[in-house]
Parts: sequence; structure tokens; C-alpha cells
Amino acid sequence: MTAIPGLRRYHAPVWDEPVVMEMGRPGRRGIVFAEPEQAVASLAGSPEELVPARVRRSTRLALPELSEHEVLRHYLHLSQETLGMIGISLFGTCTMKYNPRLNELIAARPEIAEVHPYQDEDSLQGILEPIYHCDLMLRELSGMDQFSFQAGGGAHGAYTHACVTRGYLAARGELEQRDQVIVTIQTHPCCPATAAAAGFEVVTLMLEENGYPSVEALKAAVSDRTAALMVNNPDDMGIYNPDIKQWVDIVHDAGGLCFWDHANSNGVMGKIRARELGFDACMYMLHKTFGAPKGGLGPAVGAYGCTAELARFLPNPIIDFDGEKYRLDVDRPDSIGKVREFWGNVPQIVKAYSWLRAMGTEGIHEARDLSVLANNYMEQRMLKIPGVTKSNPENAQWRMEMTRYSLETLEQDTGVTAVDVQNRMTDFGIDAPWLSHEPWLIPQPITPEAGEAWSKEDLDYWVAVLEEVSREAYSDPELVKSAPHNQAIHRPDTRHVEDPAHWAMTWRAHTKKRAAVRSGEPAVVSRAGAKPEEGVASA
Amino acid sequence: MALPGSIAHPYMPNSEPRTKQEMLDALGIAEVDELYEQIPADHRIKGDLKLPKALMSELDLRRHLLQTLAKNETCEENLSFLGAGCWQHHVPAICDEIAGRSEFVTNIWGTTSSDHGRNQALFEFCSQIGELVNMDCVGLPVYSWGCAAGHAIRMAARMTGRREVLIPRSLDPERLSVIRNYCEPAETRNHINVIMVDYDFESGRIDLEDLASKMSQSAAAVYLENPSYLGVIETEGAEVARLAHDCGAETIVGVDPISLGLLAAPADYGADIAVGTIQPLGLHLSCGGSMGGFIAARDEERYVREYPTLLLSLCETVETGERGFTMTLLEQSSYDAREEGKDWTGHTVHLWAIVSATYMALMGPEGFAEAGGSIISRSHYAAKRLDELDGVRIAFPAGFFKEFVVGFDDTGKTVADINLALRRHGIFGGKDLSRDFPELGQSALYCVTEVHSQDDIDRLVDALSEVISR
Repeated sequence: MTAIPGLRRYHAPVWDEPVVMEMGRPGRRGIVFAEPEQAVASLAGSPEELVPARVRRSTRLALPELSEHEVLRHYLHLSQETLGMIGISLFGTCTMKYNPRLNELIAARPEIAEVHPYQDEDSLQGILEPIYHCDLMLRELSGMDQFSFQAGGGAHGAYTHACVTRGYLAARGELEQRDQVIVTIQTHPCCPATAAAAGFEVVTLMLEENGYPSVEALKAAVSDRTAALMVNNPDDMGIYNPDIKQWVDIVHDAGGLCFWDHANSNGVMGKIRARELGFDACMYMLHKTFGAPKGGLGPAVGAYGCTAELARFLPNPIIDFDGEKYRLDVDRPDSIGKVREFWGNVPQIVKAYSWLRAMGTEGIHEARDLSVLANNYMEQRMLKIPGVTKSNPENAQWRMEMTRYSLETLEQDTGVTAVDVQNRMTDFGIDAPWLSHEPWLIPQPITPEAGEAWSKEDLDYWVAVLEEVSREAYSDPELVKSAPHNQAIHRPDTRHVEDPAHWAMTWRAHTKKRAAVRSGEPAVVSRAGAKPEEGVASA
Repeated sequence: MALPGSIAHPYMPNSEPRTKQEMLDALGIAEVDELYEQIPADHRIKGDLKLPKALMSELDLRRHLLQTLAKNETCEENLSFLGAGCWQHHVPAICDEIAGRSEFVTNIWGTTSSDHGRNQALFEFCSQIGELVNMDCVGLPVYSWGCAAGHAIRMAARMTGRREVLIPRSLDPERLSVIRNYCEPAETRNHINVIMVDYDFESGRIDLEDLASKMSQSAAAVYLENPSYLGVIETEGAEVARLAHDCGAETIVGVDPISLGLLAAPADYGADIAVGTIQPLGLHLSCGGSMGGFIAARDEERYVREYPTLLLSLCETVETGERGFTMTLLEQSSYDAREEGKDWTGHTVHLWAIVSATYMALMGPEGFAEAGGSIISRSHYAAKRLDELDGVRIAFPAGFFKEFVVGFDDTGKTVADINLALRRHGIFGGKDLSRDFPELGQSALYCVTEVHSQDDIDRLVDALSEVISR
């Protein structure tokens, strides 16, 4: 950890923390429950008697036995071995925002944490109200007529659209006929994946030189089989499709619905809306654009909004207001039903509501402006770094809130890849920037996103680190290729993890396979149901 | 546009006007608006947004939020017997501490090295779930129990090439609705036919004769829950699995994991895939907002290669003797394979999984055994006491865990009326089943856990006694 002029010294905490399954000693307790009261025990009978013999657990659970303090320290150590936003994280397509801690404290209060969704509506007014008003604010931002918060993430929001599309088409008697969903190769993978999982065939449009597919390509793709278009715009290269209104018209004329995957809307919020562009539905990720935290991939919310025409198909329940009271509307015969139990990730909805209230109209405009400004500010510095170029250079217009860069030149010059650069940047307390969704349209991509929450000094520091890594790549490529050097652990050896004899998704699988490898036995595949001491049988 | 009075917003460091100006100067532009040149004029909003006035002051915002939330009544101030998939259990303080750690709350997706601590915590989640269900492969979590069941059914359909699933009619209607969406409508290409199997009116358990008559070589899977939605312990899991396996179908069992210190693991009676909820494992009610599901299976390629979830494997690092945890089989996920992927994955509930890992580590074998014992004793005590009341009948009095069906037909009152009256006693009565299960008459699903003391239960009995005698 030598000091590099102009850069701070950094090293991640290293704890060599054992896996919890190997920790503790028999008899230690992290929590105890008192014996039931005498009257309870004597009336109810013993737990053993209450469980029919054939479904009684016969073996003791092989879980760790630890004291409360040991458990706390173990997970604190693991939290410290997680860099994320404790450093600087400009993870493109995920809009790394400041997550106001007020909202964490509010969500942990009993008025949210200790309420049950099946309580009487009368006793839930204080939670229905912010959800309803979050809906109203998202309606204003999108021009849509109704939102549902049931989807547990952005991909789930896309799936919700696929289900709503099914409901809409079924009501028109067209579901069998309209079996295709159109996406572009730059549409987030969750759109084609959820469309396929909902039963649709996926048609994918490729990009032209300017960074988006042509109108002609779309015209050739639509037909009486078209169910829907699912698309994001601007895309995650920071490129806006100026033909999008015409696209919507083409799909509508063909009889399909248009869905805007607006998960990351930081670059255009308050500037354009689904309504004016003609979309039938859109989706926001509340844990991205609207300030709720990511949680390392959730809990999350894909807020799905649509026009009045589609609203009758939305999942149950919808929250309504009759002028006096907020109520849950479940009497909706055309609803697609549920995509998840209960209403959605309620604490996250309240956090988004709070974030929107803290921002207001001016704040939304300011956050958008700062995001686009910061990205272009970074871009002009980034393109001066040796080995760094950007996608679609023919498109000379200012990019939106993201720019996709390529490290192809760096890789050709030095052998250092984008993944190497990611790893080396973490040595400076910068968590890995996003590369690109599959497929990689340009070689060695990286996609930082500045957002509004990082200071200019943070952004300058981020660029300075990339400058240093580029300098290292050209002077001492091995240093970068063998990175990280200052992290909690070194780079993984992934040679065996695709091999069933080695992959280990649990500790019990690991211990069995390690034993088999050591004893030279053939690849171990456990039979569920076999008791550990009975060993294993082959597949 | 500037913020009111050009005050820098606390969430936005560069809203300080000079910082912003420096960036504009660096780009050689006068206004940010120049940067939106890609967006045609006729795409833009006419007029301005109408959002409520900003509450930039944390003090003002906090006051507003507290005033709003104060309109709720909670299960802390009231005595609640609501469950039905969202259960009130004790949440250890350590769980809340870990749930609030900034590193876990705010991270997204770094490298295997920079995410090491989070990945290890997630691996420990999978490992401990694996012990509870006695299975070796556990994926990273999904949105909810119903979503886990839906994915598992689709896995079975792909594995067997069959398009039929058998499900007991005692299933939670919410979860059934989720599953039906996963099974696709009849008009679409991969529709899976959902066949409902009766439950026995005496015991509440799955009707084996009906199952046997409906099971065929067309079945991809049977999906059984244990305990059932109505709280009943399914004793015939092994026979259900045998019937399924004899027809070449998969056996999927859904579990409430907090029962597994007491009840046999699904694998022990033949389950091939186990799914369930993680909400009881250290997560608050949060108005149904802390759901999460898991999918566990045999560690055989046939199963593992159909997983839709992210999968995390223990591995070594390039440093001898050092251990890491890395994503594997990403090529079958929707992130890599788009529409060719196994269903889809994305943001789910990773933070909750870490909280559940913490919970399971605190509980250990004795904690699960004690909690399970406490729950079953208290719920049976409650059922027996309620059964003593005139006109009150316990529908399935033997062999239940945590929840039980209370019938009120002979009181001449509806559940709705009774629950309304109970509220005046500061009690939330059980979930009204009369609409979803009309064959059970005016009945409610009561949930009793380790948090309910004898006094709490006696208070319920006294209040109900008064309510039904009016």
C-alpha cells in the first residue's frame, strides 16, 4: 500500500472471516426462548406429542452455535468487507444515489415495521396515504394514469407488463394471435427474458451506426403478431432515439402496446414523459431513480404505471382515495391477479415517497441537470485518458446521464482488460464501474454513471484513479492484471465453479465435495434426503 | 433552473452554484439545457411538473412523515392474530443492526473481491437454508414464496417436458394467483395446466385419493405446502412424493422455515425441490413488504442447470489457501442469455437474505427447536381455549403448526362483525377466510407464535367470549 502522489492510501479490511458454519461451539446460544407457561404446557401437551411422528425432525439441525456477540461481530466484519458506496461507486444503469438515512429510520419504526397488510383499512391510513401520494407523484412525472407497486424489482416490473399485455390481449381475443414482443439489442435483458417467461416470442432489433435501430427495421418487424414493444430510451450508452414517437405510432398502428422500461430515468426525469411520447405503460425502479437503497440487489420496487385503458388489468390491490379515506380496491374482475404476495415492498415505497417530497419539482430538475452535466464533464476528462474511447463516436451530440466507453485500445496496447481495470480500481476504494449488459456491442466496455449524489471532487477522484490505472497498464500491465492487491480477498479462481464436482452453493455441498476430491472418489453428487453420515450416491 | 434561493440541496453536493458553474465552464457551455440536444423539442413536457412543495429540511420532512404514519395502528400497540403468510415473530436486535449497516444497505454489484463480505453473507444464507431443508443446492433469493413456487414449477416443467402441475386447494389464494401467472394462460405457448387437488374436510390434509386419481404421466410436478396455508401439518408427504415419482413427476414442497426445528426437512420425505418464505427469519411484518423466497434442490445438474436465480459458489482465489465466493452458471441467467435464459432474475431481496442469515446464525439448532416448540404449544393452547367457547369450533384440531382455522358459524355472527368488535378490545382477529374458503363457513385463520404469551391468549379468549355472547 504505497502512496501514489495525488491519491489517497486505501486498503480494504481483511478479516479472514471463517464461514459461519465452521464457527462456534456446541451449547453456545445466540438467542433463547423461555419455556411456555405452566398452563400453556399442560393444556397443549408437549411439542413432541403435537407433531405426528412421521414428520417429526429426527436429527439435530447442523447450524452453527454462537453467542449473540459473536454473531454480531461476524456480520459486522462481513459488512466491512463490502466496499460499495462506502467508497465511490459510479455503477452505470443503476444510478447510485444518496439514500437518505432519515428514510431508513422511518421505515424501521413500528408504524411501518409492525403493521400487517390484512389489518382493517381504517388502521392502515398512515401507510396507504404515502403510497397513494407516491402514485400521484409518479403519475405527474410520467403522465400515466395509475401505478402499481407490487413488482419486487425492475425485471419484475417488466414481467408485470408482460402479464398486463396478456390480460389486455386476452380481453380482445387476440392473445393467441399476438405472440411476439419486440425489443432492441440495447433493451435491458430483463425485458426479453420476462416477455419469454410470460409466453411471448422475442424479436430483437439491431442498432445502426447512430446507436439505435432504424424506423425501417421496426416497420419490417411489426405485424398482426405484435403484442408489444419493450424498450428503454435513452439507452445505457447515453443515446436517445429521436424517432421514438414514430416508433410508438408504428407499433400502435400494428395493434401492439408500447412499454417504456424507464428504470433509470435520471437523465430525463421532468423533461419527457411516457404520456407525451405515446407509451401505454412505463416502469420506474424506486431503488434507483427515487432514492431508495439497493440492498445489494434488493429489496426493490418496479413501480409500473399505465394508461387508464390498461389500468383495469393491473395487479390487485390498487390503492384508491374517496376524498376522505384511502382504501384497497380488490374488486377488479379484469385484474391479472398477483405477481407477488401482498402489496409490494412497502418500506421502499415510503422511502421513495419521502425522497420525492424532499426533492420537489425544482429538486427533480436539478438532479437531472446535474446528472447530465456531470456525465459530460466526466466524459471530456475520460476521453483524454490513454486507451479510452467511447461508443458510437459518429454520434457527436452530448450524451445523456451515461456514456459507454471502450477500453479496447487499452487492451490492444497493453493486454489489460476492462475486468482488470475494474479490479484495479477497487484497490483505490473505487467500487467497480458497470461494464455492459450482454451482449457486449463494443469491446471492453465500461459504463460509469455520475448521478447527482457524488461531488465534483468525487468525480475528479474517480477519473484520477482511472488515469493512474491507465498509466500502470502502459508501464506495468502485470500490476493491473493481477489486481486487486488491496482488497478483502484476491481475484477468484473460477476454473472449477462450472463443474458439478466442484461447484458448491452451500457449505454442506462444499464439505462433501472437498472430501470426495481429497479421497480421489469420482465427482460427488449428493442425493437430497440422504443423511450426511450416509454419504452420497452418484447421480 | 436553480433551487429555491440557490440553497444547495443536502442530497446534491454539486447543486452548490459555484461547483455547477465550474463544470459548465469546463464544457464551455452557458446552460445545462444545451446538453439535451438529442431530445427533439416536441418530445418535451409542455409546462412544468406539479409536485408538492419540496421539504428540503430534514426536520420538516421528518415531522411530515411522522404525522402521516401516526394514522396507523400497529401490531405492537394492539394484540394481533393475523398471519396468513406474513407472521409476527420475534426479530432479534442484532438482525435490525445488520439490516441497517450502510455497507449492506447501499451496495449494488462490485467485484468478487470488493463484494466479498456481502457474498460470504449470502453464501451463509444459502448454507443455512440448505441445513433446514436438507438440500445441497440453494440459489440466491427470489421476491417471495409464491415466486419461488412459480419458478420451481417452471423448472419442473422444463425438466420433464410436461405441462401440468397438481396443487392442493387449501393453498393461499394470493400465492395461487402468483403461481397462475407463472403458469401462463392457456393461449400462450408454454402454458402449464394447474390442477387443483381436494383437501380432506376432516383433517385439512391433502386428499390422497383425489391426488392419485389426478396424477398421471402428464404431470410435471406436485406442489405441496407443509404446514399448509390453513396451518395443517401434512403427514403424507412421503406418499405424495411416491405418487409423483411413480409417474415421473417432481415433488416440490413449500415450507415455513421456522417450523423446521420441529418438522422433518422436505428432503427427508422425498421432496426434489423445496421452496419457502424467508419472512419469519428475522424480518418484520412491514405491511407485507419484507417477503422473500428461496429455492433449494438436489445438487444434480438436472436441477441446477434449470435454476433461474443467481447462484453463488464457494471457490478459491489465486492466493493459495484463500477462499472466495463467486457467481456461477451466469450463462443460464437472463442477464447473460436474455430470452434464452431460465425465466429471469434481477433485483430481489439480497439484504433480507443477509438479515435471515444473521437470524439463523443466532438461532442455531436449539433456537429453532425451542421456537418451534413454543409456537406449536402456544397455538395449540390457544386453539383449545377457543374451542371451549360456545359456538366456536376449531376446524382441524389435530396436527397444526402456528395457524389454525376457527369456525364461528354457530355463533350466528360473521367474522367481519367479530373482528370489528375485537378491535374495540385492541385485538386484531384472525384473517377472514369466509370469502376465499366458503366451504369453511364463517371462519378465520388465527396465527399464534412465540410472541404470544399466555396472558395475550387469555385476553383474546375473554374478549371473544364477550363479543360472541352479545
